[in-house]
Amino acid sequence: MTTVPWWIQGGLSFVAAVTFGMMLNIPKRAYIPSGLIGTVCWLAYLLINQWWHLGLALSNMIGAVLISIFSMLVARRQRLPMIIYNVPALVNFVPGGQSYRMIRALALGNQALAMTYLYQVLVIAGALSVGFGLGDLINAAIYGRKFIGPKPISQLLRPKPHVSKPRDL
Amino acid sequence: MDDETRNLAITTCILAGQILIENGSNMDRVNDTVYRMGRAAGLKSFQVFTTVTGMVASSDHLPNAQAVDIRVRKNNLRKVAEVNDVSRRFVNGKLTLAQTYAELSAIDRDQTNLPEWLQCVAAAVLSGALLVIFTGDYGDVIESSLIGGIGYWVFLVLFRKFQIKYISEFSAAVVVGVSAMLLQKVGIVANANATIIGSIMPLVPGIPLTNAARDFVAGNLISGPSRALEALLTAAAIASAIVLVLRYVA
Repeated sequence: MTTVPWWIQGGLSFVAAVTFGMMLNIPKRAYIPSGLIGTVCWLAYLLINQWWHLGLALSNMIGAVLISIFSMLVARRQRLPMIIYNVPALVNFVPGGQSYRMIRALALGNQALAMTYLYQVLVIAGALSVGFGLGDLINAAIYGRKFIGPKPISQLLRPKPHVSKPRDL
Repeated sequence: MDDETRNLAITTCILAGQILIENGSNMDRVNDTVYRMGRAAGLKSFQVFTTVTGMVASSDHLPNAQAVDIRVRKNNLRKVAEVNDVSRRFVNGKLTLAQTYAELSAIDRDQTNLPEWLQCVAAAVLSGALLVIFTGDYGDVIESSLIGGIGYWVFLVLFRKFQIKYISEFSAAVVVGVSAMLLQKVGIVANANATIIGSIMPLVPGIPLTNAARDFVAGNLISGPSRALEALLTAAAIASAIVLVLRYVA
């Protein structure tokens, strides 16, 4: 199916990430980094999926892990939220082709083919979720987890220390 | 710290959270930002409850908690970045509470976005690029770009007029499908299936998808499913439009 040479795919994934970022109105200084993240992660996906043939799930998962790691890296450098780099880079990984073919098979009454594509869509979506989770884990391992939460409600009110009187017998 | 300052502090925190949720930040970041601001404002025993459609915050055993109702989704990531910047300056002590509130409400009122034509051009380029990446089909790049740009323009116009997201997406997907099929009948488009795959991609719910994945993994059982549902509704709107087109036009 994909006879497109890798360097054209890399360039187009850059374009796709930047234009999707433009549609979501990300800050201008984030255009180039988010496009580069899209390119690098898509090339890694191509390497794993098309050249090493390691399967759909692993390649998407590693793509998502790389998106998380690179997004965090650039987000810390540019002091912007990580989601600004996450979302544009992800647009290449969305299973749009498989979803469309699934819908088409359903509309034309070919249930077996629809199930095949549904399976692919589910595998890709699950792999991307797991990949984001792993990426967050790696980021927390590198930079430390710094989320701040509330104090436990049992610690809020400090009662006066209870002094027990000596019992007179 | 008197009650008025505390009330203003809670309002400021809740306003920051509201802007973040409206514009598609993930819940971990919302909670983190709000608690950091609450701590920097000196609120004791500050508690926030965040969902995708509303927020409740309370502090210091004040008699009233404050709540905010969130109905719109603007998905404007620049506002997320600006709120991030303001809250960072506030936490570092470079802004007072009143200045922070003023800056946040200025961000909230700011309606500037990229001009619509530029968004449509971006959507067109995105369609062409993803057509080649997903299907390896060079033949219909220009047609797919044009249809994708027009489809996204239809979505923008309908959404601006009627403010109903799913119906706007449905109509845009119908426009995309019908025009691809008709152009194939005329002979301008070689492969209508590939063209539709490319042209439909600007309508993909990127922010809800990403947030659903990250919120699920973070263990947020309210925000994860609701973001996933948001993404699924959009997908269902597009899918039903495509089914209609494939059944009755093709």
